[in-house]
Amino acid sequence: MISVSIVGGSGYGGGELLRLLIGHPEVEVKQVTSRSHLGEYVYQVHPNLRKRSQLKFSDPSTIEAVDVLFLALPHGAAQKKISEYAALGTMIVDLSADFRIKDTALYEKWYGAPHSAPEWLPKFVYGLPELHRAEMSGASYISGVGCNATAANLALLPLVQAGLIEQSAPTYIEIKVGSSESGAEGNSGSLHAERANVVRTFSAFGHRHTAEIIQEMGMTNASLTMTAVDLVRGALATVHATVKAGVTNKDLWKAYRAAANENPFVRLVKEQRGIYRVPEPKIVIGSNYADIGFELDESNGHVVSICAIDNLMKGASGTAVQCMNLMMGWDETLGLEFTGLHPI
Amino acid sequence: MSTVNCPECDAEITLEASTEVGEILVCPDCGVDLEVTSLNPAAVELAPMEQEDWGE
Repeated sequence: MISVSIVGGSGYGGGELLRLLIGHPEVEVKQVTSRSHLGEYVYQVHPNLRKRSQLKFSDPSTIEAVDVLFLALPHGAAQKKISEYAALGTMIVDLSADFRIKDTALYEKWYGAPHSAPEWLPKFVYGLPELHRAEMSGASYISGVGCNATAANLALLPLVQAGLIEQSAPTYIEIKVGSSESGAEGNSGSLHAERANVVRTFSAFGHRHTAEIIQEMGMTNASLTMTAVDLVRGALATVHATVKAGVTNKDLWKAYRAAANENPFVRLVKEQRGIYRVPEPKIVIGSNYADIGFELDESNGHVVSICAIDNLMKGASGTAVQCMNLMMGWDETLGLEFTGLHPI
Repeated sequence: MSTVNCPECDAEITLEASTEVGEILVCPDCGVDLEVTSLNPAAVELAPMEQEDWGE
């Protein structure tokens, strides 16, 4: 049994992380911090945790040393205090964007300011196990992943790993996202009257998560288009790319089958029968699965690759727990066995 | 027992000894319906399946 704490536990990512860690068989949660909810029971903010935890939110200045410290702070906060956090956690998993991008110039381009602790960037492993599993074993520091980047990267994974597309060619990635991606703080656009029934393309290109696709997939000419839809949870990435000359449907089957076989949370969904023939976010809600699928127009080489995830799970907290499992040398599925719901 | 490859996804499919010509099999990987067209040598072809239509 190891000790863990969460710094910044009142947001949606922190709440989901706490839900997973409370149920994890090898973990004891010591502290969860929140300045804005100091002294409140965690279930008063995360009501699904009622009767599962009697923890109260702590002051961040009272955090004690633990085996694994999870940072679930707003972007930019962790990098300013990373040395202090490293003194408290033997291992750190940071869910924010602060340590995802290794190239300081790339970071500055997409995040609009220089990094506060560039010397720490090489110490962190990028937190997607499907890409960095081997490096995570024995690692001390792992970054978070962008939810949209994760949906896109896992849609691209079979195509890139098998070398089926030109990574420098223009690749268009349409992502539909639910409202929980914008966090628990709220703004005028998150009022129910404004957010309900939305199908709104809020970022045609230039989304920050593009940097993670460039870094992790070598997709130097990828463009991300973000559309908000009427979901609370869920992200669906639809990648449009062109396969290399001669690539066939069977080559794609082989590549996608391999990706699903090599990764316990990646499932190939390409059914010929029934209602659920393609990946859909609602089937993975609450689970750590990433469902992937594809269609190829062999007449012109246009491939459409799809990935559905729960943005708070595979896109954030579920993957963070998966990373902890790998750091500790445990089965990576430990505490993440929930299979989702149907119907939902 | 003989084996064939799925014409859709290339998965290897083992035909049971009791398989008959004309029988419809389901590919265990991609789920397409396959009609057994020959046993010696073993061969299968894609069988017609219902297409999905969510609004055209």
